[in-house]
Amino acid sequence: MAPLDYVLDETDRRIVNALQGGFPVCARPFEVAAGALGLTESELILRIERLLAARALTRFGPLYNADRMGGANVLAAMSVPEHDFDRVAAFVNAQPEIAHNYRREHDLNMWFVAAAETPEKVESTFQYLESISGYHIFRFPKQREFFVELKLTL
Amino acid sequence: MTTDAGYPPDATDRRLIQATQAGLPLTPRPYHQLAEQLGLDPDDVMARLKRMLAVGIVRRIGVVPNHYALGFVANGMTVWDVDDAEVDRLGELVGRLPCVSHCYRRPRAGSRWPYNLFAMVHGHDRGEVLGYAAEISQTLGQACRAHDILYSSRILKKTGLRIGD
Repeated sequence: MAPLDYVLDETDRRIVNALQGGFPVCARPFEVAAGALGLTESELILRIERLLAARALTRFGPLYNADRMGGANVLAAMSVPEHDFDRVAAFVNAQPEIAHNYRREHDLNMWFVAAAETPEKVESTFQYLESISGYHIFRFPKQREFFVELKLTL
Repeated sequence: MTTDAGYPPDATDRRLIQATQAGLPLTPRPYHQLAEQLGLDPDDVMARLKRMLAVGIVRRIGVVPNHYALGFVANGMTVWDVDDAEVDRLGELVGRLPCVSHCYRRPRAGSRWPYNLFAMVHGHDRGEVLGYAAEISQTLGQACRAHDILYSSRILKKTGLRIGD
């Protein structure tokens, strides 16, 4: 990923720091949020648009909790030898149930999340991947999620 | 804990979720625009979003920063082997540290994977991540037997949450 070619100014940083949550649900939410930041409604909209276009933000809107949708998602990892890594990565990524996949520096070097409507469907995805790739999948379903504050500060 | 089954989203909630997956419209009255798009009453749209916020289906509404593009290029999954009797209490404390963006208890996988607490941290470089790991280590104290930090070296796939209709 290329670095950002847009330099955030002080107002941009205040927006990013202040609006990671708590965007109001009311008729004119930008007006309310802008007021708290000492901005106008149109200035706030323009700056969020610009931050999105510059990729300083990945999204603006409601952030949903996948666990509450009635579906299942499970973190899993594989140890894949270097010579086979790209083949297995392409195959894992091709499954629609795989939401994301990261290479990490460890003996367990491929970490991915499978999401589906039911835990059974997640498990059958893992079994399919194991049978095709020939590598064992370590399953790390979350047993408990701990509360996290919002806090990326620029 | 937040994995308790709460209020299940109904068909209209799911339409609303789908319509906002890419984000909220950047217009002065975004909820009114959504309502119009979905053929709903604006008050109903706002009431549904408030209810989904209250029960945790919506974690929050706001901007989602792009950590990597903003210079937080060192992404470390820190993993900890914590005494089972203490992990729930300590996990709450670790989650509250300002450096931690996600924090979960997960099962161990034998001797190859003794870790039961996962805490994600983001830094501008690995030195910063190491400093954060030291904060976590201090929080866990004697209850932690071992830990590791797994840095991500490549994003192989990243897609948003998919909601079927």
